[in-house]
Amino acid sequence: MRAFTTLKGLAAPMDRPNVDTDLIIPKQFLKSIKRTGFGENAFDELRYLDEGEPGKDNSNRPVNPDFPLNFARYQGASVLLARENFGCGSSREHAPWALDEYGFRAIIAPSFADIFFNNCFKNAILPIVLDEKDVETLFAQMYAQEGYSIEVDLPEQVVRTPEGQTFSFDIDAFRKHCLLNGLDDIGITMQSSDDIKAYEQARAQRAPWLFAS
Amino acid sequence: MTAKTLYDKLWDDHIVTQRDDGSALIYIDRHIVHEVTSPQAFEGLRLAKRKPWRVDSILATPDHNVPTTQKERADGVSGIADPTSRIQVQTLDDNCDELGILEFKINDKRQGIVHVVGPETGACLPGMTIVCGDSHTSTNGALGALSMGIGTSEVEHVLATQCLVAKKMQNMLVQVNGKLLHGVTPKDVVLAIIGKIGTAGGTGYAIEFGGDVFKAMSMEGRLTVCNMAIEAGARAGMVAVDDITLDYVKGRTFAPKGEHWDIAEKAWRELTSDEGAHFDKVVTLDAADITPQVSWGTSPEMVSPVSANVPNPDDETDPVKKEGLRRALDYMGLQAGQAITDIHVDRVFIGSCTNSRIEDIRAAAQVVKGLRKADSVKEAIVVPGSGEVKAQAEKEGLDKIFIDANIEWREPGCSMCLAMNADKLGDGEHCASTSNRNFEGRQGYGGRTHLVSPEMAAAAAIKGHFVDVREMMKGEA
Repeated sequence: MRAFTTLKGLAAPMDRPNVDTDLIIPKQFLKSIKRTGFGENAFDELRYLDEGEPGKDNSNRPVNPDFPLNFARYQGASVLLARENFGCGSSREHAPWALDEYGFRAIIAPSFADIFFNNCFKNAILPIVLDEKDVETLFAQMYAQEGYSIEVDLPEQVVRTPEGQTFSFDIDAFRKHCLLNGLDDIGITMQSSDDIKAYEQARAQRAPWLFAS
Repeated sequence: MTAKTLYDKLWDDHIVTQRDDGSALIYIDRHIVHEVTSPQAFEGLRLAKRKPWRVDSILATPDHNVPTTQKERADGVSGIADPTSRIQVQTLDDNCDELGILEFKINDKRQGIVHVVGPETGACLPGMTIVCGDSHTSTNGALGALSMGIGTSEVEHVLATQCLVAKKMQNMLVQVNGKLLHGVTPKDVVLAIIGKIGTAGGTGYAIEFGGDVFKAMSMEGRLTVCNMAIEAGARAGMVAVDDITLDYVKGRTFAPKGEHWDIAEKAWRELTSDEGAHFDKVVTLDAADITPQVSWGTSPEMVSPVSANVPNPDDETDPVKKEGLRRALDYMGLQAGQAITDIHVDRVFIGSCTNSRIEDIRAAAQVVKGLRKADSVKEAIVVPGSGEVKAQAEKEGLDKIFIDANIEWREPGCSMCLAMNADKLGDGEHCASTSNRNFEGRQGYGGRTHLVSPEMAAAAAIKGHFVDVREMMKGEA
């Protein structure tokens, strides 16, 4: 996995609560058997004015001029500012794959849905939870200032504004370790193979019907 | 000994190793796999030259992409018209064949929606940890199991290690006390709960559903309720084991037999929250307050009793919520203050992992028996949750009731719940749907979903608009 240490990038808005993963990447694109190719269809139904289909040439599609991520000022953004319960609904990991390929490396919101939050860490995207009022502050500053960029410092666990204002955030030690070092957690778990085997043997004693086949 | 909740017991029983930061390695007893979220996991395994840790813990079946018309189903995988869907189903077959994984293939009688097949075959059992790359895996918690949806990277992790890295959630108890009114269903109960606590109300929690209503509820009703725990934000929902659970499980294909049954039953009887166990949050509803529900917005928390009116954004003071309401009504093509019974439906979908079990099919059939679909409704389809459900319904003659009512009887699969196959809404169409999500575009580009019970969906099919199904049930006990 790609490592995540610090990031300084243009911020862009997804200014509505309860953004579900169907909205991040609609189901027709889930028919792919690959991990890549989703970025062009991130937020497809908001981004374009027609219905997207896998394999369709997106360069010819009518673009929604009212969707903020289509505004010139937000092109090249890598930090997404979002509202509460971001990523709710389906467990599809295609959602973080799409956001990653679009270019987002960090998402800041007052809250995230559990499965999406988890999926982000598996893809080197950092989901950052800040207080609602702090997220509001960032939104207001971003709207007021074109080219507004945010610095994310994972080792220090802070978000820094261009004026140097900082907001600290929490992260589990293990997740931080994996992100900083770009570690694949299957490899780490494999180091506990003996523990897993021992557990399994004990479980087979207690619940033999689970191992009957 | 400290009193434990059901979730505490299931969690503690599956810890392989505990880490300092509170996360743990949790052993997974059952891994259910479908075609949409697994191909990249199998590919990852292959690239890393890894093998599944325990093949006999895995059960696979295709459900999201499978067509539901007999014509398109006749030729199996090769008959799937959409080439991308066909490749995805074929890829699942190939992966399972290569690794020796048990799969109920497209036209196997046991094929169906993963969350219907799991409990129905006894592949999902009380006391298990169960995962699947699908958020509605919370369904199986109804059996007294810890059952959660996971992402594709985690699917690969579980395939490779039989474990999940997880952090313990908090405990929430949702209790509904008293007795449900006649004509009020498990679907109405769970929609009312989501309406009360919101779609993020359960985030970070495992929810146990307790109280008189769930104690009296059938296993299929409990499966419906736990299915939608994720719609309240909770990755896992569950109900304590009791006689209803054991009666349901006993005799199923993969359920323990003979001596094993006796040991299992003894262990499973312990799967209840201890007296005095601590819940971090308790939510209580009165059964008598719950009436048939209809969602009117684009999030499952945007739901009201059928007798209510669509809310007015001007009554909302929070600016973010006000804007959210306005956007939802705009998308749904509804007027603020409009009566819910004035919403006309273009299509009706009875099915999905929420409501496609035999009791759901029976309940819908009961409503439409001897009646005809309204001409204004373009299409009404009933999609059984599995081949087993379909066969049972046909044995009872329920298919004939629907066909006589001009309602289509289809082959099993996820179908119009998320429209990955050919069953979808047209732009701007309203649908009375027994599924679980009313998100924008969920059932088709520009489609407008209203979540309801099977009874309410059947009633809407007959009347052409929403109606309190209890008005059609007069004269029944």
